[in-house]
Amino acid sequence: MELLHAIPFDQLLIQTINGVVTGMILALVASGLTLIFGIMDVVNFAHGELFMLGAYVGVLVLSATGNFWLALVGATLLIALLGAVIHVTTLRPLLGRDPLTTILATFGISLVLQNYALWQFGPVARKIQEPFTGYFTLFYLDYPWYRLVIAGLSAAIIAALYLFLKFGTYGIWIRATTQDRVMAQAMGIPVPWVLTAVFAIGSGMAAASGVLFGPLVGVNHAMGLDWVLKAFIVVVVGGMGNLGGSILAAIFISLLEAYASLWVSPAQAVIVSFVALILTLLFRPTGLFVSTPR
Amino acid sequence: MRNRQPIVYWTGFSVVLLLLIIAPLVLPEFWRRFLTEILIWGLLAMSSDLLIGYTGLVSFGHSAFFGLGMYGAAAALLTTKPPSLWLATVYGLVAAAGVAAFVAYFSTRLRDIYFAITTLIFSQIFYVIIFTWTEVTGGENGLTFSRPPFAVPGIFSFPMTSQTLHWFVLAVVTISYLLLRRITQSPFGMVLQSIRENEARTRAIGYPTERYKIVAVMLSGLFAGLAGVLYAVQNRFAAPDFVFFLVSGEVVIYNVIGGIGTLVGPILGAAFFLLLREGLSRFFTEYYLIPVGLMFIAMVIFMPQGLLGFARRWLNR
Amino acid sequence: MSADGLSPEPLLKVEDIHTYYGKSHILHGVSLEIGHGEVVGLLGRNGVGKSTTLKAIAGLVHPSAGRVVFEGRPITNMPAHRLARRGIAYVPEDRRIFPLLTVTENLRTGLDRHGVTPARKKELLDKVYGYFPVLAERRNQAGGTLSGGEQQMLAIARAMMLEPKIILLDEPTEGLMPRMVSQIREIIEILHSERVAVLLVEQNVPLTLETSRRIYIIEKGVVRHHAPAAELRADDAPIHQYMGV
Repeated sequence: MELLHAIPFDQLLIQTINGVVTGMILALVASGLTLIFGIMDVVNFAHGELFMLGAYVGVLVLSATGNFWLALVGATLLIALLGAVIHVTTLRPLLGRDPLTTILATFGISLVLQNYALWQFGPVARKIQEPFTGYFTLFYLDYPWYRLVIAGLSAAIIAALYLFLKFGTYGIWIRATTQDRVMAQAMGIPVPWVLTAVFAIGSGMAAASGVLFGPLVGVNHAMGLDWVLKAFIVVVVGGMGNLGGSILAAIFISLLEAYASLWVSPAQAVIVSFVALILTLLFRPTGLFVSTPR
Repeated sequence: MRNRQPIVYWTGFSVVLLLLIIAPLVLPEFWRRFLTEILIWGLLAMSSDLLIGYTGLVSFGHSAFFGLGMYGAAAALLTTKPPSLWLATVYGLVAAAGVAAFVAYFSTRLRDIYFAITTLIFSQIFYVIIFTWTEVTGGENGLTFSRPPFAVPGIFSFPMTSQTLHWFVLAVVTISYLLLRRITQSPFGMVLQSIRENEARTRAIGYPTERYKIVAVMLSGLFAGLAGVLYAVQNRFAAPDFVFFLVSGEVVIYNVIGGIGTLVGPILGAAFFLLLREGLSRFFTEYYLIPVGLMFIAMVIFMPQGLLGFARRWLNR
Repeated sequence: MSADGLSPEPLLKVEDIHTYYGKSHILHGVSLEIGHGEVVGLLGRNGVGKSTTLKAIAGLVHPSAGRVVFEGRPITNMPAHRLARRGIAYVPEDRRIFPLLTVTENLRTGLDRHGVTPARKKELLDKVYGYFPVLAERRNQAGGTLSGGEQQMLAIARAMMLEPKIILLDEPTEGLMPRMVSQIREIIEILHSERVAVLLVEQNVPLTLETSRRIYIIEKGVVRHHAPAAELRADDAPIHQYMGV
């Protein structure tokens, strides 16, 4: 308890907010991943690279138009399209084969995308300007508004996804496909296209996260690697295919890491998420935040 | 697997072996080292094949076993005087085995995808530990040391030139290959293959599949660690880059390209990949991975049996 | 062979189809015909390939040889979702309604198609709720919470949402209480009155004899006997012979 005394309260509060902000972005990335896994049974190793390319497209659109929001929308749509193309060309042929092959294929895609980004944009990091600078004072600290806005936007996008799935014809199609792919086909639902659409949506969400997160860090070709790992941890801890679980897990893990970096360096703080994963696998392998272990 | 014509097989084997023995005498230095590296990566790929091809477990954790073998050897070579090849090997194997046991314990109770993800996370855990624990592991820069002589204390000692090293590596890899071959064809190997085909049924028959899988992971880890030791001795350094999970991914690529479940296939896959990289890097400089990656994806879709499987079917026409 | 003089060309023709499951040869050349609005029965013991025949027609299994012709056009390797849109509805053996979708949502999977106006959708829904008042009561309940009989009704209702020209029924009475069998009979009569053809696969011989116009008997992946139901009602020897009942 001596340790807690040593940490000033304001630092704790900042880290809490930081944890929630990072957690919401991570939740956005992880939702795309868990959506793809839950509905298509595909482990998308290329998810981090879609995140990264989204950020780069954001950089390009921003420098062309000067408008952050245009960059956000543009990146989301373009990368969603890329996702659709990737699915149709490389993943559809693998439908019905060993799930191992999709892991390998998406791994190959991640390599190609990463090196493509390196080739096109070079190794130097780029920056995305925040759409607005501005701080509010918390005690005697200045905390940027932008960070709160990203958290809010991420939450809004996830909520929109949830509503889309719950109501609306296409939401029903997607849910039916998840529950019984064969009968969905027998009911006239064009399953291959539903799968492509889901992959596109997941990709778009990853891209949006990339643009939102861009101002916080530098945009470079390797930024996807860190995130793909964290996203996988979140998806496993939250329960594969469990949207609500992934969100809770994302915030949980980000908070843990944020607190941990009060004591150790950020590079080492990631170990906390690894430990969380191990514990989950040991005691609740279906996911920490699943209500009833299935 | 190819038991129908053992004479053909052993003749082919001997011819290849002979070529590999003569090679360092005729090749220029660069290609000599290149060949030795192919053998080392080939050994790593073979170790991975034991899991992927024979047990049906895709592991992204081989970089951890490889890396720990490397660092274990480094530890021996830096701390003991005089530096001993055998001690380096022992340290490396023990380190790799330790990691393998750890990973095996957690991962084997999980199915397919979760196993792959867990092994990946574990190799990252070790990466982070090695990367940040600068006092012990040298952190980002790794450790450097000198090559130990090929010696049996008190009896003889040869300095390890690139030629003697090549023969040493060749001997180790050949013996490993023969051992792995023996293992995969043994009753134990048969059970592993049965697990790959249908684990539930294998368990229903009465085999404790968990234990078999753990042993498979440990064996795989041992040979991977051995490859790490060889790599350390050849290059005289140990670096955290090799523990990063992308290395595991490349190993899986060698397996798939060469043909999983064949032992020889992965070695061919490693050779193919490394030669391709060498060739393409002349044209594409650092971006050789783009065409290689595209080729890999195409192979996963169209040639899932790998080069060896493709060749086999072509020969059978 | 026309059922009620609508058109001389049969609605569905299955010509000598062969299917494999891995290395097993399941269908060894099955041929049959169904006329517009006709109710045809398919009898046979377990495992002879009755379900597989239905699946081949529905596009869920692709025959390695032979043809399936629907409304004069070959449909042999078309994907299942296109066939459903063309008017082939499939009600599988274990019902397989979507467990986590509500009754209404289950129905909507068939209802939400291009070219169906909201008015027509309401019409269809009202009609089916009229036929199955139990479903109307449970319209917001998750499909998985319904009883076996209710799920069977939902599966058939869902198929009706496609406004199909033919419904493939796979063992609709299996696992149902005896009094529900008469409900199934009523449903088949409703379908017939709406000019929907029915291919009925059943183990329940009396129901099949009552409702079908013609009956095929399958044994070991081939059609062994084919006769008008009236004939088999008079002399059921072939049924005993091939089904061992």
